[in-house]
Amino acid sequence: MRLKLIPEDTKIDFFQRWKLWFGISMVLIVLAAVSFGVRGLNYGIDFRGGTTIRTESSTDLDIASYREALNALNLGDITISEVFDPTFDADQHVAMIRIQAQDDQEAVSAELIQSVEDALSAIVPDIEFVSVESVGPKVSGELIWTAVQAVALAIGAVLIYVWLRFEWQFAVGAVIALIHDVILTIGVFSELQIKFDLAIIAALLTIVGYSLNDTVVVFDRVRENLRKYKNRPLKEVLNISINETLSRTMMTSLTTLLALFALIALGGDVIRGFVFAMIWGIVVGTYSSIFIAAAILLYIGVKRDWTKPDNNTGNQYANIDA
Amino acid sequence: MLYIDLWKRVLIWLVCAAGLIFALPNAFYTRVETHNDAVAAIEVRGENPDLLAAEAQWPSWAPTDLVNLGLDLRGGAHLLAEVQVAEVYATRLEGFWPSLRDALRPERDTVGGVRRVPSPPEELRVRIGNPDGMARALEVVRGLTQPIQSLSGVGSTDYVVSGQGDIMVVTLSEAEQRASDDRTVRQALEIIRRRIDAVGTREPTIQRQGADRILIQVPGIGSASELKEIIGTTARLTFNPVISRGGDPDANAGPGEMVVPSLDEEGQYYTIETAPVVSGDELVDAQPSFDQNGRPAVNFRFNTTGARKFGDYTLENIGQPFAIVLDDEVISAPVIQSHIPGGSGIITGRFTVEESTNLAVLLRAGALPAELTFLEERTIGPELGQDSIDAGKIATAVAFVAVLVFMVLSYGLFGIFANIALILNIVILFAALSLMGATLTLPGIAGIVLTVGMAVDANVLIFERIREELKTARGPARAIELGYEKALSAILDANITTFITAVILFVMGSGPVRGFAITLGLGIMTSVFTAIFVTRLLIVMWFERRRPKTIEV
Repeated sequence: MRLKLIPEDTKIDFFQRWKLWFGISMVLIVLAAVSFGVRGLNYGIDFRGGTTIRTESSTDLDIASYREALNALNLGDITISEVFDPTFDADQHVAMIRIQAQDDQEAVSAELIQSVEDALSAIVPDIEFVSVESVGPKVSGELIWTAVQAVALAIGAVLIYVWLRFEWQFAVGAVIALIHDVILTIGVFSELQIKFDLAIIAALLTIVGYSLNDTVVVFDRVRENLRKYKNRPLKEVLNISINETLSRTMMTSLTTLLALFALIALGGDVIRGFVFAMIWGIVVGTYSSIFIAAAILLYIGVKRDWTKPDNNTGNQYANIDA
Repeated sequence: MLYIDLWKRVLIWLVCAAGLIFALPNAFYTRVETHNDAVAAIEVRGENPDLLAAEAQWPSWAPTDLVNLGLDLRGGAHLLAEVQVAEVYATRLEGFWPSLRDALRPERDTVGGVRRVPSPPEELRVRIGNPDGMARALEVVRGLTQPIQSLSGVGSTDYVVSGQGDIMVVTLSEAEQRASDDRTVRQALEIIRRRIDAVGTREPTIQRQGADRILIQVPGIGSASELKEIIGTTARLTFNPVISRGGDPDANAGPGEMVVPSLDEEGQYYTIETAPVVSGDELVDAQPSFDQNGRPAVNFRFNTTGARKFGDYTLENIGQPFAIVLDDEVISAPVIQSHIPGGSGIITGRFTVEESTNLAVLLRAGALPAELTFLEERTIGPELGQDSIDAGKIATAVAFVAVLVFMVLSYGLFGIFANIALILNIVILFAALSLMGATLTLPGIAGIVLTVGMAVDANVLIFERIREELKTARGPARAIELGYEKALSAILDANITTFITAVILFVMGSGPVRGFAITLGLGIMTSVFTAIFVTRLLIVMWFERRRPKTIEV
């Protein structure tokens, strides 16, 4: 007996309501943009400079007293939050303190960190500073620019690759799906105010890679079926292709999600935001490769007139034999 | 038909075996690490029983390459420093002033008296007594400049000299500034490396980044401020002519002069010339020692140019005091008793033995050529790193088991083949990371977990394809063959696109992000290898032995 995620030979019509799905995606994108505009991203110090200090103590955490001790130092905007995680011991109380970048200072000041540590040690004797990170405003500006460049470059490179391997219509579909995924991910981060730092950029790029992976598998089948069913309407060919690959799409998404759920539950709080971004990206990426990428393909149409039959068949790797 | 050449089979198994062998040291991480440290220590300090015992923990014939653990896993400090390269310009101009003055002295008749006037640090301004002599003065000073080779300008010189009215302005030429910047950063890098090596920590990373930045990562160190102390202690030793001494810190210092305090005489100040006779850069050696009275002191020796300058100066200035200045404090200001040839001398002061030892070390390591400002600093405590490793291990194990079970449930026997390939995939990935000396970071672990999830993708693609082909093809062998053949283009396209993003991450990213890119990129390569070659070989071997009439995937 085999575990089957979906029955064999599905014949779901994915494009029956494609305008509805498109509409939903458009609304979500607008919502993401509004959230980004109104709330903005909760940038970590990587992107806006400042200092974060992670403290640990065995006594109960009293955020108010922390705040009081630090307010005396006049450091501007300070956020203090307690961190909870199932992997912590019972008497492990962790707090994250974030101090804004001090104006008029290009570099990181050692005295500042020392004064914060002294102030906290005075009220909580057994406090430990398990990590202290400071980024000067000069670097953070560069980091955010590099990050934007990286994402843009990745999308551009992918556009070119898909264009070379398929047709330009496929590339357009794939890239619109990617942009859709990236925008929705950023929207979720701004709406939930999850810390947005360098690791999240890595996650974003992985989402780009993963979503593309999915899209390419569907497209590969579309390309094959376009040749196989020369006279059927495009919509039907797309539907056949998506149905044929549906079982694989679900299997892969599920195994990857299984691994990621293990990581989000047990991997500790340090990478939780990162793993969350990936889980979200895989869900959105799977959705978008069917409902966005393929739908775009249907919308702009594909050149069906293969004047050079079998020359550009895409299976050029098939001769490689193990 | 299903057939794989013998040499291909052998090659595939050899790769897997090599993967196992080179991944093995990571399973005994602490042991191998102790062994490696011991080997390194024996090379430096020679053998002793403790070290030999530590070395014996791991056989010497076995591979010893380990995956490096990143700062976020091991704990340690990270600094991004910017070298203030422009500071060197001022020092250079300071050094140019005496030779300019000396060169114009014989020309006093046409040029008139030469006086230095206050100027911004990147310029040297000189007023000459007779403005009509400016042309001649410029000619003489330009004769002092050296031609330099650069791509941009043929015939450019190291200093640019211009005159306006009675003021002559000397600056460093642009090409020389660039060359100087490069030298300064390299020198700073070297000095930082020596200072960190002197402390003896394991595998520090000291890298140049961009034009004027240096990235310093030291695992296992307590905090970033500790690291800053190690690299930040400057010891700039100079020997300057003394103009006067007194008790007034605000004494009126003329151009080219400055007032510095005495190190151990409270309230004592010296007015000295800013241009040193010799500086610590020209020291070749410094050793802690004792003076005739048995007090701790430091012996030093200059290189040949330093020795000549020092010898000439002492010859011409017998009876005059000169100051030994360390980091803008006068250690002592002895009167020159006699000509000191040979370029060696002794610094005495009120040192303790420890202080004299430290001073000698600092002098030997050399001074940083320019100040560092720190743009980024991170300290990660070792406990946090250990917590992350533990959490990462558990999460990876759970993810792994979940995927293995899921694959068997979905594909039965073929799922087991895929699982063997998956395990080999992780093993080969670790072997590759170890051989490359790559650094594993927390996002890197996430990359491995993601690889686990995605590595099955290739197999899923193939198995699903075989299922489809079973419905139409003639017999199982043909279905398997077609399944591999037709799934290949999807597998390659899918993995190449992900690989492209991994490469971009690697190029643009830094630190932890780069660690993630490495594991993701390598993971893609190993997973394609295991999916296309290893599972296929397993299936073919099984098929040859059993010759089943029907198969269920």
